[in-house]
Amino acid sequence: MARPATTLDDGPNAALLRRDALRERRALLGLASPAVILLMVVMVLPVGWLFYLSFIGEGGGFSLENYARMLESKAYGRIFVTTFQVSFLTTGICILLGYPLAYFLSQLPPRAATLCMLTVLLPFWTSLLVRTYAWLALLQRQGLVNTWAIELGLWDTPVALVHNLNGTLIGMVHIMLPFLVLPLYAAMKAISGDYTRAAANLGAGPTQAFWHVFFPLSLPGLFAGALIVFVLCLGFFVTPAVLGGGKVIMVSMQITNNIELFFNWGAASALGVVLLAITLLILFAASRLLRLDAVLGGGH
Amino acid sequence: MVLLVAPTVIVIPMSFSASQYLEFPPREWSLRWYENYFGAPEWMQATATSLKAGVLTMLVATPIGTMAAYGLHVSGHWLARHLFILLVTPIMIPVILIAIGVFYALVQFKLVNSLSGLVVAHSILALPLVLIIVGAALKSYDFNQELAARSLGASRLKAFLTVTLPQIRFSVITAALLSFLTSFDEVIVAMFVSGGDNSTLTRNMFNALRDQIDPTIAAISTIMIVVSSTALILAQVFGRAKT
Repeated sequence: MARPATTLDDGPNAALLRRDALRERRALLGLASPAVILLMVVMVLPVGWLFYLSFIGEGGGFSLENYARMLESKAYGRIFVTTFQVSFLTTGICILLGYPLAYFLSQLPPRAATLCMLTVLLPFWTSLLVRTYAWLALLQRQGLVNTWAIELGLWDTPVALVHNLNGTLIGMVHIMLPFLVLPLYAAMKAISGDYTRAAANLGAGPTQAFWHVFFPLSLPGLFAGALIVFVLCLGFFVTPAVLGGGKVIMVSMQITNNIELFFNWGAASALGVVLLAITLLILFAASRLLRLDAVLGGGH
Repeated sequence: MVLLVAPTVIVIPMSFSASQYLEFPPREWSLRWYENYFGAPEWMQATATSLKAGVLTMLVATPIGTMAAYGLHVSGHWLARHLFILLVTPIMIPVILIAIGVFYALVQFKLVNSLSGLVVAHSILALPLVLIIVGAALKSYDFNQELAARSLGASRLKAFLTVTLPQIRFSVITAALLSFLTSFDEVIVAMFVSGGDNSTLTRNMFNALRDQIDPTIAAISTIMIVVSSTALILAQVFGRAKT
């Protein structure tokens, strides 16, 4: 009896073939195992360890004192307020500066866009420390900004631009801007020019077409960029430590102080756990709203 | 856009100033801060450590990351997406946590101030970049080419090495360069994990920054800008060659 040519899905060997395919899939998944093992050993286990440490009191037994202290102490409350304040402000300023910049870049012809993109990428890949140092040099009392502003008559006496909140914000916005612009630019590039042209065809002016058509379409990219900036700000350390001059204390700096000055691992771990929990919560909430892996370029 | 680049670039002329203070434009030119840097054994040692850590991180993160990206991309297993997200988390969670976590673990194993601890920690930070870059390249790669090679008798490994890898090589090189930079520029993990003879350049710079504004840092910064720009331009050139 002649059967039609068998396919992979319904031949006599279908079950066998399916099993083979499954086995191969698992084997391929195994290729990721060195990376996963490394991640487990270096990140998951140590962070788990910190989690455990955060519940150990000074007596050595289980206790919630590290967390209780965080709730009771005004100083800790202030640190969290500062952290959120700085993160919100930085994200806000980044959006205000980054949106027009990304829009401008997305409207350029390809060759010019590549060139201008370098100006975004170059600071992105220049050491954070170098950029922070540059701002320190620019903003100090005798620095370039003060000298020029006085020469131009903007203000008379040197203004304290650094070692305070202003300095921290300036530095952080500068460092975070590429993180906002890059995903936003990618999102804007993906918006077909046909949409705005269609809007114009239907009688919309350029402003109207922008606000009613282009802007809503670019929102997912903006949201993704702002999310990355905000989350990175929460855990930021170097820039506030150098440009904040000890006046702007963020969570990560307090963690460092607890370890370097007080050798208090419990307190540091508890802070770390809270910081991690906040970060993951924000990421989780965001991933419900938008596909995070799409933002990061992964998945299928 | 000018504001993005100018603040960084301004360090370059400042580093050639003869003055004790950072000046722009410098009144007198001199190379004294460079002499200061190249003449100091501690700075030289730190630079060597940073370069070593960077190269080793590149050598660890690139193959492991490429393997993972390939495996996860081809397998199509339901776990693959979740593993991908897991592997890119290090760029999303605060680095300070990874830093103190690794530091604590190394203290227990008495491996603090060792180069290997630093490299392992930096590799974790570089892995997400490799996964994202190589993953993106694999997505735009036509897998029928590999299938063709295999139907002609090549093993999967051979097909990958001789057909797929040459086509995604520019992305792999880019990923490797960025892995190097990730490690070379990293401060926070280095601050905790490196020390003594194995202090990195960034760690020493950070400590110097907290104390005073030493123009030697401007000289080092200039050199670091040159290193980053070179790597970035190389990456761009390779990226361009792909299309």
